[in-house]
Amino acid sequence: MVNASPDTELLNTPLHDLHVAHGARMVPFAGYAMPVQYPAGIITEHKHTRNAAGLFDVSHMGQAMLRGADVAASFEKLVPGDIAGLSLGQMRYTLLLNENGGIRDDLMATRIEENGEFVLFLVVNAACKDADFAHIANSLAGEVSLEILEDRALLALQGPKAEAVLAEFAPACRDLVFLEGRDMDVDGVSAFVTRSGYTGEDGYEISLPADAAQAFAEKLLSHDAVEPIGLGARDSLRLEAGLCLYGHDIDETTTPVEAGLAWTVGKRRREAAGFPGAEVILKQISDGAPRKRVGLLPEGRAPVREGAPVQSAAGDNLGAVTSGGFAPGLERPIAMGYVTADHAKIGTSVNIELRGRSVAAEVAAMPFAKPNYKRS
Amino acid sequence: MADRKYTEDHEWVEVDGETGVIGISDYAQEQLGDVVFVELPDVGKILDQRDEAAVIESVKAAAEVYTPVSGEVIEVNEELNNDPSLVNSDAHGEGWFAKLQLSDPTELDALMDEATYKTFVESLS
Repeated sequence: MVNASPDTELLNTPLHDLHVAHGARMVPFAGYAMPVQYPAGIITEHKHTRNAAGLFDVSHMGQAMLRGADVAASFEKLVPGDIAGLSLGQMRYTLLLNENGGIRDDLMATRIEENGEFVLFLVVNAACKDADFAHIANSLAGEVSLEILEDRALLALQGPKAEAVLAEFAPACRDLVFLEGRDMDVDGVSAFVTRSGYTGEDGYEISLPADAAQAFAEKLLSHDAVEPIGLGARDSLRLEAGLCLYGHDIDETTTPVEAGLAWTVGKRRREAAGFPGAEVILKQISDGAPRKRVGLLPEGRAPVREGAPVQSAAGDNLGAVTSGGFAPGLERPIAMGYVTADHAKIGTSVNIELRGRSVAAEVAAMPFAKPNYKRS
Repeated sequence: MADRKYTEDHEWVEVDGETGVIGISDYAQEQLGDVVFVELPDVGKILDQRDEAAVIESVKAAAEVYTPVSGEVIEVNEELNNDPSLVNSDAHGEGWFAKLQLSDPTELDALMDEATYKTFVESLS
């Protein structure tokens, strides 16, 4: 989490007034004033998203269109994903890499079409967006044009009732399956809708004009099934789903293989290499990485937090917790972190340091909560 | 009636004779959000004023509770182990943390009374 310093002027998303009107507690996050929770509280918001539908404002994230004569080939110079292989409307999770194979950011890329041309719609992390967009524009200067969409809001509607609710405003949303997106009319507004999210639930992300966002969000919130959800529950939901938080679970010092994200390196890309850090990453894919990101289940009720050292039963230092908290859905603490490869097997007993004592924990499979994606 | 005093860190102590019960204010629990775990001190522990008396874990973060007064811990609220959300639902009552045998009751003089604390909290928003 990159927080703005207190004396920095915070930016507001197009939904700022709505958050305040709904009683949100606003906190600085990535330079924006963002709702961390509403009066219902994180646990209630979390469970509501799992049981019905939660509305998230993610307008702080960076949205952009990437165009170019061979935009897929160009973008593949920066990411390990199979971009050229995307079918129209297909969305892919991929990574901007540095020359050492570290992760500059994680992002979603969707193939769309404009006048028959292959164009990429990108959504990147708020804290990284300025650096990402500069990196893309500079690295691919002369072959692509990057249009940063400053005047778009981004809403996420997540949960088992998301489809039924959104279909009242955009019937075409029913036609999408997980990781597909397309332009559609949403309550009379032209929007780009993807079936995706960051909660482990079925749901959508809706990119729409900033000036139409608040009115549409209020319509969604007036629906019985929908409640507003803040960043606090967004974090507990994604942790249960085993999803990485950039700047915490992955960063410039972690490779995709260490992070358990080797699946994002496309088959064709493994054979042809040609992405930043390919030498390091491909060697780790064949020989193994020295450390791995794993799920951790601490014993007892006390959550372990980011930064807590992880040790072997013999007392050797194995790594550290990178995300940890209380899982409202499991009613117990959960965490993820890095351990040396020889301790990464599921079921391995480790110890986590907590306030000067040692808490027993077990290396566990992720996701912690079974995802509920609509895959077909 | 017992006398309740507050600190600027939003802890309270309710004094009855030579013992004091400590907890956090309703304002503090609201700021913390859903409490999921409370680490209580051991009975018998000697605490100096401002020592860490407990740790409160909310979903997102941990927060320390400092004792407003010095003394020996003579009882802790075991109910918080079963239901830490009592801190949210009844911060000034069933959500108490520990009972102390006060070692220096004069410390109470420097703490805020109910009305002063109320004004202090209003000045924060």
